[in-house]
Amino acid sequence: MTESAAKSYAAALLPGTLPAGPNAWLNRLRAAALERANALAVPTTRDEDWRFTDLSPLYKTAYQPATFPTEMPREAIERLFVPEATSRLVYVDGHYVPEMSMTGDDGISVGTVVDSVRGAPGIAEGHIARLVGVEQDPFAAVNTAYLQHGAVVAVPRDHQASRPVQLLFVSTQPERASYPRVLVVVERGAELSFIEDYVSLAGGAYFVNGVTEIAVGENASVRHVRVQRDSEQSFHIATCGVSLARDARYASQNICFGARISRLSHNVRQEGEGTDCKLDGLALVAGRQLADTHSSIDHAQPNGRSRQLHKCIVDGAAHAVFNGRIVVRRGAQRTDSAQSSRNLLLTGKAHVDTKPQLEILADDVKCAHGATVGQLDPDHVFYLRSRGLSEAAARNLLTYAFAAEIVDRIPIASLRERLEELVTRRTQAKV
Amino acid sequence: MRNPGGKLLLEVRGLTTSVSGVEILKGIDLAVREGEVHAIMGPNGSGKSTLAKALAGHPAYKVTGGEARLDGQDLFALAPEERARAGLFLGFQYPVEVPGVTNASFLRLAYNTVQGARGKDELDPLEFDDFVREKLKLLDINPAFLDRSVNDGFSGGEKKRNEILQMALLEPRLAVLDETDSGLDIDALRVVANGVNSLHAPDRAIVLVTHYQRLLNYITPDYVHVMAGGRIIKTGDKSLALELESRGYDWLLESGRAVAA
Repeated sequence: MTESAAKSYAAALLPGTLPAGPNAWLNRLRAAALERANALAVPTTRDEDWRFTDLSPLYKTAYQPATFPTEMPREAIERLFVPEATSRLVYVDGHYVPEMSMTGDDGISVGTVVDSVRGAPGIAEGHIARLVGVEQDPFAAVNTAYLQHGAVVAVPRDHQASRPVQLLFVSTQPERASYPRVLVVVERGAELSFIEDYVSLAGGAYFVNGVTEIAVGENASVRHVRVQRDSEQSFHIATCGVSLARDARYASQNICFGARISRLSHNVRQEGEGTDCKLDGLALVAGRQLADTHSSIDHAQPNGRSRQLHKCIVDGAAHAVFNGRIVVRRGAQRTDSAQSSRNLLLTGKAHVDTKPQLEILADDVKCAHGATVGQLDPDHVFYLRSRGLSEAAARNLLTYAFAAEIVDRIPIASLRERLEELVTRRTQAKV
Repeated sequence: MRNPGGKLLLEVRGLTTSVSGVEILKGIDLAVREGEVHAIMGPNGSGKSTLAKALAGHPAYKVTGGEARLDGQDLFALAPEERARAGLFLGFQYPVEVPGVTNASFLRLAYNTVQGARGKDELDPLEFDDFVREKLKLLDINPAFLDRSVNDGFSGGEKKRNEILQMALLEPRLAVLDETDSGLDIDALRVVANGVNSLHAPDRAIVLVTHYQRLLNYITPDYVHVMAGGRIIKTGDKSLALELESRGYDWLLESGRAVAA
């Protein structure tokens, strides 16, 4: 794709005009984003950050924003509810559906960007577009230009939310685009678990372009589960930016099953001393899917700790990409970081590109990293067969087990069980 | 007990096996009858483990000649899982770790697969739980085993106990235990021996592949075979194991060479 064609793609996604909303700050932010989006070219494989992920199939269609769905598949959506959650925001085709949402009284403020969030005035204005900027990233710029009813979750100081918050993004219309947006602000000493769940109900080709920002305050803790199960014809491009203040803790499981082409850029910045970050990832893809995870953990302050385990299971002629960047800045002494990328190829045509990227500028640090790419170990298959399991059953069980190591870390029981079932179905296709 | 008139359970004749193109077994003959306990001893590299793996059907161990019959059935015509269902059990020297699958679900899957193949009823999770806890008690194994991932983070001794538990559940006709005693402390050794002895029945047989005589303090073999250079070079009773313990293998290897010359 030529530079000018790449430039005009972002423009083709944009709204012609921006109807002025009630919030002057939001109007200004959107206008600035619109301007940037018009100026930026979308990436091609000539960009180092995108060399394995060719978005030209996406660029063939200028997906226009979905309208509010005329028929709401209520029952199908309700089946996706996580019963543990007492607060839930539901978005269908990018539109907020208040009558299916629930802002429970768990001491958490939950609402949307455009409406002022009860109990947390000014929270959106103060934080949005800080952790995922629009300057360099055309997809984030387009997302921000459309920003209206994005989800806001704010946990006040020292409040420990006992129940998880569920943010559900359902797609029902093919050939359309949606722009999910999430802002999570957890104040000093507070705790939160939340789920971001992207689901297709009607299949088809569509485009999800999401941005998530998570600010974790001093000595606060966030547990974040992200599930992407969009249709296998869809495109899913998302950026998640996380900042950690002093002694903050952030643990995430990022599970990716869906999309023809998906890309998650997950960027964590340790802005205070003594923070702790755990990133777990699982991509389970088949057919001709491509799943790309780019992560970055930026140790900017001393005594930080990070643990990352990313796993890919690649079947059929699918392709997985993992690029794990770890930065330890000068002065970020006594950083303790470990990263592991483990990849399982189930066929000869399956493919994975995995790349650790370490940039270490401090001298008193512990940084370990490793990557493996392989097929199921014949000794493992033999062990299970010697106990009576057929070869297919043995392979399925081992594949399931490989995935389960990540899924088992999800702290919300009902979601964990559902995903275990989903993994079982997806790893047992060939019996 | 020696059972010369008993039913032949395993019969191996002229077995040759190669690994990565190198011939390891150079003609093994072995007959195991119901009710018998055999010990196969020998120095490192003599081919003991190769014999165990070839019988169980490990794909890296290529049978190049000879035959093996289990209950008269041609073993080498069967896939590894079919051999297991037919009643062959291999206790592994290095049991594999399977993180992500609980021992309870793995044991139930294996048990039900083998039961189903033998035309017996499968057990649901609750029934299986009762059944397996009974076995745990019998074998003096901690029930916490069930909730842990298969062998994941198990000590060497715990892995071997898990092998014995699997053997007890699957109730094989013939159990071949490959160095199950290696690296065990005295307690674990007792559990292993206890498991083997409790499985021992007139219609079953056990083959212990071992490097040391130690396990044979707890289990009395009817036959002791000594392997060297891919062949069985001497067969005797348990006094042979004691002799090996005091004299080592060299005298046997030398007399073997003298005979060959």
